[in-house]
Amino acid sequence: MRRRINWLWAASLAVYAFLYVPLAVVVLFSFNDSLLNAQWVGFTTRWYGKLLHDDEMLRAAANSLFIALTASSVATLLGTMAGIAMQRWPVGLLRFLPFLVLTPVAMPEILLGVSLLLFFRQVLDLTLGLFSILVAHITFSLGFVAIIVRARLAGMDESIFEAARDLGATPWRTFRHVTFPLILPGILAGFLMSFTLSIDDFVITFFVAGVGVTTLPLQIYSMIKVAVSPEVNAVSTLLMALTLTLIALASRLAPDTLKAKS
Amino acid sequence: MNKPIPDAVAGQRAGSRGSGLTRWLVSLPPTLFLLVFFLAPALIMVAASFQHPGEFGGLAPLFIDGRIDPAQLTLETYRFFFGDWIYAEIFLRSFLVAAATTLICLALAYPLALTIAHSTKRHRDLLVLLVILPFASNFLIRIYAWIILLGPANLLYTPFAVIAGMVYVHLPFMILPLYSNLEKHDPALLEAAQDLGAGAWTRFWRITFPLSLPGIWSGTALVFIPVLGMFAIPELLGGTGDLLIGNLIKEQFLDNRDWPLGSTLSLLLTLAVLALAALSAWAGRSRRRSA
Repeated sequence: MRRRINWLWAASLAVYAFLYVPLAVVVLFSFNDSLLNAQWVGFTTRWYGKLLHDDEMLRAAANSLFIALTASSVATLLGTMAGIAMQRWPVGLLRFLPFLVLTPVAMPEILLGVSLLLFFRQVLDLTLGLFSILVAHITFSLGFVAIIVRARLAGMDESIFEAARDLGATPWRTFRHVTFPLILPGILAGFLMSFTLSIDDFVITFFVAGVGVTTLPLQIYSMIKVAVSPEVNAVSTLLMALTLTLIALASRLAPDTLKAKS
Repeated sequence: MNKPIPDAVAGQRAGSRGSGLTRWLVSLPPTLFLLVFFLAPALIMVAASFQHPGEFGGLAPLFIDGRIDPAQLTLETYRFFFGDWIYAEIFLRSFLVAAATTLICLALAYPLALTIAHSTKRHRDLLVLLVILPFASNFLIRIYAWIILLGPANLLYTPFAVIAGMVYVHLPFMILPLYSNLEKHDPALLEAAQDLGAGAWTRFWRITFPLSLPGIWSGTALVFIPVLGMFAIPELLGGTGDLLIGNLIKEQFLDNRDWPLGSTLSLLLTLAVLALAALSAWAGRSRRRSA
């Protein structure tokens, strides 16, 4: 028994190492004073300094930020509505709503990307750019918000809503003073989640971005397609720090969210 | 309801009258959004797979004088797909890569998931968080890490690099469902087996493993399906011989601009995904019934 457990621990440590060593190497070489990501030469922060003067990268970052803020705000609003509707009214035509909400979450991303490309170009005859990226990001993150909000509502005692109604509260007042405060942590966690998904998305954006607008992941992609450079390590490290902060925030707001995701 | 409490009854009535309107106000916006930007594009893709490519890319017009022209509908792309072995070969290769990735993920995930499930409650959340954290870094960064690692070892642009990248990106999808299954197992079962003289291996193989099959199935679905549609990993880590379905689709939509063929390939991928999802749900259910 003892030996088996030791063996398991050793295997688990190896898997943790497998998960962390590659990322640690990226971070480490972002401080390396050499153009090649091959050998440690000396400590420097010049790759970070170079990032500050990389106009294309800064523009991509600004675009990503704008898109993530806008798309996740709209996705949070629509996703919260969808989550409430799925939990409250699983009747009539609305029984099909979960299908509509959850399928985009479960599909391989490329399928959503190419079908939206086809739709924008062929049917709407739209020039690809900010608008198409925003719509695509709302479409794939809406479902995640809905899942989180629905999970939060499902864990609640129905009788509190009945109590509010029995005391004469209108549906709006019940929502404003009872439902909303209770699901607020879920809504905020959903917002942070869709913000993270949006700022990280590569595959879908790749198909609907067109030529005019670039985002941070698209910029990283075009850089690593050409060559390995410490500047990519630096921007990667900064992005990791940002995501870690957002996750810390999300887990503060709704400790059960990370579990809902799995 | 029968008791005459006027205020409550009035409130209830106002509530139920409002809820018809409320229901539509709440559910209509997200429903309309998804009908327009998810369902409609999906249906248009189905239609596009039966169309001719346009002269300058895209699709040839389907409507002539305001009505559908039957001459514009064709099975050409399907004939093309089933008439050339290269497509079957790429689909087969994609399934093999997905199967290999799933098996390696399972082999790596199982000991880790067991360790987390066996550890004390206080440590569990931390150990799970340690699995999720690297998974939160950008997908391209995680691929880039492997470019740095494999480049100097001359392993870049090989099938090995593709599988390594696939496993690295998808491993948490196997660990998490497996862990949430293993965590629910009743330790009394293992103790009973031990009291009856079963060795460690027998206990694992006859109790833990069969009970964990639903977890394995959901992890398999979560790894296998995204791997099938992946194009960035073969493109960045693989050689020219390592292209998968995702690369083929991307090529049709962005490089060759043969959208009908791209739509057909996407549709066939969708069918494969749906079949796999149904299979995994069915396997999980029939297991649970027999367990």
